Amino acid sequence: MAKFILNGKPMTADVESDTPLLWVIRDELDMTGTKFGCGIGTCGACTVHVGGRATRSCITPISSVEGAEITTIEGLSEKGDHPLQISWQKLQVPQCGYCQSGQIMQAAALLKDIPEPTDKDIDAVMGGNLCRCMTYVRIRSAIHEAANSIKESNDEQTA
Amino acid sequence: MLKRIVYSVSGAAIVGLGLFIIYAWQPAIDPVTSSTINSYSPEVIAQGKTLAAAGYCSTCHTPPGGIAYAGNYEMHTEFGTIYSSNITPDVETGIGNWSEEAFMRAMRTGVSRDGHHLLPAFPYEHFNKMTDDDITAIYAYIMTSVPAINQVKKDNGIPFPLNISMLQAGWKLLFADTDSFQPNSAKSAEWNRGAYLAEGIAHCGACHTPRNALGGEQYSKMYQGAPIDGWIAPSLTSTSTSPIPWRSQDFYEYLTTGNSPYHGSAAGPMAPVMHKGLSALPDSDMQAISGYFGDLARTNDTDEPDTNTTLQAAIAAQHTQPNHQVDEGARLYATACQACHYSSDQLVKGRPLLTIGSATHLDDPTNLINVILDGVRADQGISGIVMPGFRGALSDEDISAIAAYLRQSAGENTWPKLQQKVGEIRNQPRFEH
Repeated sequence: MAKFILNGKPMTADVESDTPLLWVIRDELDMTGTKFGCGIGTCGACTVHVGGRATRSCITPISSVEGAEITTIEGLSEKGDHPLQISWQKLQVPQCGYCQSGQIMQAAALLKDIPEPTDKDIDAVMGGNLCRCMTYVRIRSAIHEAANSIKESNDEQTA
Repeated sequence: MLKRIVYSVSGAAIVGLGLFIIYAWQPAIDPVTSSTINSYSPEVIAQGKTLAAAGYCSTCHTPPGGIAYAGNYEMHTEFGTIYSSNITPDVETGIGNWSEEAFMRAMRTGVSRDGHHLLPAFPYEHFNKMTDDDITAIYAYIMTSVPAINQVKKDNGIPFPLNISMLQAGWKLLFADTDSFQPNSAKSAEWNRGAYLAEGIAHCGACHTPRNALGGEQYSKMYQGAPIDGWIAPSLTSTSTSPIPWRSQDFYEYLTTGNSPYHGSAAGPMAPVMHKGLSALPDSDMQAISGYFGDLARTNDTDEPDTNTTLQAAIAAQHTQPNHQVDEGARLYATACQACHYSSDQLVKGRPLLTIGSATHLDDPTNLINVILDGVRADQGISGIVMPGFRGALSDEDISAIAAYLRQSAGENTWPKLQQKVGEIRNQPRFEH
């Protein structure tokens, strides 16, 4: 029996210890915002946060996250108004949308560590998140946009 | 003349064997009943609980998912598979009828209550460095506070003749350091406290000191690093291959948070040592252990990593993207690793810079391969965060390409037969930590 915190709520799942976290999130807990892409940790569609860090859930066994705090796209913000979610809508980033929850989760982790990323930083950190529709240019712009809005709201708070 | 030589050699051999048997034979110590066990103050019991945790006794005396201290943790050694003993106070299968004297003898000399010699997987030569009071406190804790569990110990798979208990006495005679802890009067009280804890209860040398062919610690190479349980316990001395020196504060950060940003995370067998073990000790003891190892590593605590040219070069090198089209390792690294293993101009804890990491700079690729294959769990390294495992995702060829790319980026020589090594590690029996 695996125990962990998902989007702030304690959860248990009666699965084999080597079951991937993604299977548990999608099939056991019916939270389908997180997507299955390659299944080998090299496309980024399944990205969630574990302890606040972007993690590929398709190759993370449930036994690894015992007791850990997991956040999925459903739990990133209460009302879907994380600065990245706003900039994503504003710049109309998604095309087919399949990879986008992974992109946003990866970008959210990026902005926590590197609040004002350069294009090179974005390319390096986001390089593991693939988009078959090639929305990369807009993804990059939306990350800059969100970084600016976070900075502005921080400046307002400290002013 | 020949006869005389044969007689005298045989005579000497018989006398020698006789003396050895006298040396090796240890009497049984009478069993006790719970009514005859001393009573201990709550302070002594609490101290014993802290020490039993700091010695991470439960790590080896508990199988994965099993009951604490009830034994049967499986250990694969070069001499065969062995199982740990039940050290709960169960009278029939544990140590419930052991007197304090019997416990003290076992902790100091590796002899069981019934007089048989214990295998040196039990690091009694370290516990022998402890004071009587500390050993008594552990006894008090186990006998009064650990639930008695009736569980018979499995038979060890040590082949004849190595399984002859008395031979262990010969091993002790040859290899075990039987001296008590000797304080170094030239050092501070804090240093000596650190040395006492590290050499005694924490038994750091049991993994970090190289062993000879028969498993004896080579004290002349104390803490210089050794293979253990399918991992490499790195050198803690000036022989360390880490490009950024280990300062006392780095040891402290590593031992208290599970990670040093300049060196790496506590994975494999080291994870329970700090998370389930040393974390029980008070902060002053953690400072003492860190100060002791900082001194052994002979680094200067004022060496600021921020001005370390190797570190600055490694941070800067991240910004130069390699040619992904020609280098498969670089391509795989960019896709599978770089989302986390990249910092911008500042090293961020939780974004390990692998070109300076210990695992990349060891002469042996084992630790790096282990982590790529099986990742780092939430209860290992930094608590609550994980690294996924690529065992089912990447081939031996893929993993060796990533490791080779990192090794080259770190400016080190190529690891020989890397892909073969990945295959060997993938297929070897896993140790549960």
